[in-house]
This record gives sequence, C-alpha cells and structure tokens, in this order.
Amino acid sequence: MSNPTINSVKALLKEIGEISRFTGHFITEAFKPRYEFREFFRQCFLIGYKSLPLTGVTAFIMGLVLTIQSRPTLAEFGAESWLPAMVAISIVREIGPVVTALICAGKIGSSIGAELGSMKVTEQIDAMEVSGTNPFKYLVVTRVLATTFTIPILVIISDGIAMYGCYLGINMKGVTSAHLFLSHVFNKLSYGDLLPAFIKTFFFGFAIGLIGCYKGYNSSKGTEGVGQSANSAVVVSSLLVFILDLMAVQVADLFGLT
Amino acid sequence: MIEAKENIGIVSGGSKLIREPVIEIEHLFKAFGENKVLNDFDMKLYKGENLAVLGKSGSGKSVLIKLIIGLLQPDKGSIKVFGKSIPDLNHIELDKVRVKMGFLFQSNALYDSMSVRANLEFPLRVRHEKMKRKDVNDLVMEALTNVGLAHTVDMMPSELSGGMRKRIGLARTIILKPDIILYDEPTTGLDPITGNDISKLIVEVQKKYQTSSMLISHDMKNIQVTSNRIILLLNGRRYADGTYNELKKSEDPNVKQFFE
Repeated sequence: MSNPTINSVKALLKEIGEISRFTGHFITEAFKPRYEFREFFRQCFLIGYKSLPLTGVTAFIMGLVLTIQSRPTLAEFGAESWLPAMVAISIVREIGPVVTALICAGKIGSSIGAELGSMKVTEQIDAMEVSGTNPFKYLVVTRVLATTFTIPILVIISDGIAMYGCYLGINMKGVTSAHLFLSHVFNKLSYGDLLPAFIKTFFFGFAIGLIGCYKGYNSSKGTEGVGQSANSAVVVSSLLVFILDLMAVQVADLFGLT
Repeated sequence: MIEAKENIGIVSGGSKLIREPVIEIEHLFKAFGENKVLNDFDMKLYKGENLAVLGKSGSGKSVLIKLIIGLLQPDKGSIKVFGKSIPDLNHIELDKVRVKMGFLFQSNALYDSMSVRANLEFPLRVRHEKMKRKDVNDLVMEALTNVGLAHTVDMMPSELSGGMRKRIGLARTIILKPDIILYDEPTTGLDPITGNDISKLIVEVQKKYQTSSMLISHDMKNIQVTSNRIILLLNGRRYADGTYNELKKSEDPNVKQFFE
C-alpha cells in the first residue's frame, strides 16, 4: 500500500478511536450529577419542535410521491387496493426513519457542529469551564440526549404525516374513505414492522447528536474550522445513519422480524 | 535580566505593604510540539498588585494565564495559586480555586445564545445555586452598573459594540467578586478611546474590589494606566521585571523596543 493510503487508514482508525473515547466520556458524564434538565428541555424544543416543519413537509411529499409513483405499477397487476399497505410498510419500516434521520443529520447535525465549533474557537467553552460549569455535560450530554429522544418522536409524527400524504394521493384518482384506508394500513402493519423501525431511530438520534457534538467540540483552525466541523458533522452522521440502518436490518433479520 | 525589588511594594491606595504572593510560578515549561513557548519561566503575583505581562504576539502570554487557571497543563514546573498547586488539583479542587479567580478572555467569550442577563447569571448558577432570584438580580445589576451598562441587561451580545462586549465580559468576571482577575489582552481590537476607557475601568474595579490582577498585553498605554509592575516575557523566560518607569529607562534593546 502507498503512503497516502496508509496515512488515510491511520487517520480513519484514529478518528474512530477518538469518537469511541468521546462516546465513553459521554456515557460517564450522562449518569453523574449534576443533571442539566433545563438545558436538556431547551434543546428538545430547539431540536424537536423547530425541526418539525421541515420533517413534516418532507414526509408529506414523500408519502404523496410514493403513492403517485407506485400506483401505475400496482394497477398493472390489478393490485391498487394494496397501495395503502405497501406505502405504509415502506414508510414505517424504512423510508420514514431513514429520510427523517437524514434531514435531521443535515439540519441538526450541522447546527450542533457549527454552534459548538464557534463556541470553541471564541473561547466560550473555556469560559464555561472557568465559571465552574462542566461544558461537556452542559453542551454535549444535553444535546446528545435531546437528539436521542426527540428524533424518534419526529419519525413517528413524520410517518403519520406521510400516511396522510398517501391518503390524499390515493384520493387524487378515485375515492377511498379514511376508515377503509386505515383498515388497509393497520391490517398489514405488524409489531415486527413497527418495533425494529422505532428502536433504530433512537440509535439514529444518538449518532446524529454525538457526531455533531464531537465535530464541534473538537473544532480548531478558527472560522474555517467551524465550517469544516459543520460539514463533516453532516457527512459522517449521514453515513452513520445508513450503516446503522444496515445493522438494524441484520439484527431484525436475526430475530425473524423482516 | 532587570529585576524588581522583592517583598515590599506600593499597592493601589499608596500604602506600603509586606507582599504576600497569591500566584507563584517556578521553572515553568510548556511546549507545543517543537515550539517551546515557556522555557523555565518564573514569576510571582502579590496581593493587591496589578501586574502586566508584556511580550510580542506569540510569545506565550495567553498560554501562561491559561496555565494559571488550569485550562492547560504544563509540561514541567510549579504553578501555585493561594498556595495550591494547580496542575495537581482534581476537577473539584480546581473549581474551588477558580471561584477566587476571574478571567476576562481576549474574545470576551460572551455566550452568543444568551442575553446579557443570562451571561452574567451563568457563573452564579453553579457557585450560588440556592441564591434567591432577587439576590441574583441585584448582583447582576450591581455588576452591570459598575461597568456602566445597566441598560443592556436584556440585550443580546450581537446587539453590543466591541467595547460594550468587553465591559459585559468584565461584569461577568467581577460578579463573583474574585480575589484575582486575569485579563487576556483586554484592549485588543478596540479603538484607542475605548481601550483607554477599559484601562480606567480595570483600575476602578481593582480599587473597588481590592483584587490582585494579572494583565496580558502589548498595549503600552493600557499597561501604563493599569499596572504597578511589568514582566517582560521573552524567549519563554522572565526577561525583565520592574515598574513602568524603571523599564522605560532601560537601555536594553529588547526592553526599549516596547517603549519606542
């Protein structure tokens, strides 16, 4: 292997090591008092409530488009009545969690990366430490916990909105009552669809928060570094969402939930 | 090396006192890779004294005060604040020493996402956790009044000018009434008039709160107004030590260049 390749591999392994250490630090600090409840709830509001319009609109479009595009194929086989169930399973199992997580990786990951990065380069994190506050607990633990617990809620709401988009899509050509639509959906959805999808969203949230904080907290090189932190927070957390999704599918398969 | 007279000095107010060191640094070494920033540096800061550490950009002045407050760890040497060895303290012990110290950052380090009030309340939330709301408010307003910016209490840092941000930074530093204040280039980036106002404010704060202070700067006007004693940091060492007038008379070219 050439030198640049060896160096890249070394850098990657170093980064993985640093992220693991950062995760260990998070776990240690998360269980130790003092607990920063006020900042945690503030972050839940900023991360969850403020992301809702974006994830909601995306979910609505996703449900509508998926319905419109799937209809002709199903119609060819005379299986149009399967449309609600097919879209519901696609949305709940895969598209809803992954697309919502990717939007959050872009919006929340970059904002956490840029915010903490800018706090780092303007010495605000040092100021916090000098004033007796544990900056890791105040900034990192609260944000990671907030993303871990709010992203699953965002995914549930997004799934609901996407299903509404699907319902409207179905009613664009023909008439289906809400009752019939919902009975088609819930007859086909099982716990095996819901549970793994719901559990993996906690891991998505954790990864997005952790990577955003890691990149921001370790930012350097002034304002240029802040941009780099925000950018790499999005890239790495998006990649992690796909890796975690792949792992979740494997684990679900292992337990016979696919 | 130009040395200051030890043990007896004039503190603000004009009285002669036996000097009691509050910060003692001996044989301090700090390097970043091959770059030796501090190389066998030693100094003392006495109670009630306003000490300025003078040096060129990149000479290690900011590193020095970050070592004193425990934001950086030295490679070798001793740093004692009120007799406690800073590098050997754990987080809780270090926090107890930091209660007695204030730090005005070069960039002010105001929390952008918080109002001026929240910025000032921030150090109180840990240090005076059970303080009543009214007492917290009184402390905030007292600190803001002392820097002449009581009207900015509900403003955001982004709405303030550079000089106002510096004053708010100073208000946040003095809110806990520290015994020692460390100033990292307090006039950098300010126009001469605002810089002069900040220098006068530093002297007022020192008189009002009877603090010892250590000021890092290369602004001679600021140093002249605020300091009783000056240490010149050169090549990582204490190169010269004396009053403004003593150093101004020096024929040493390394000292002279700062006064020209």
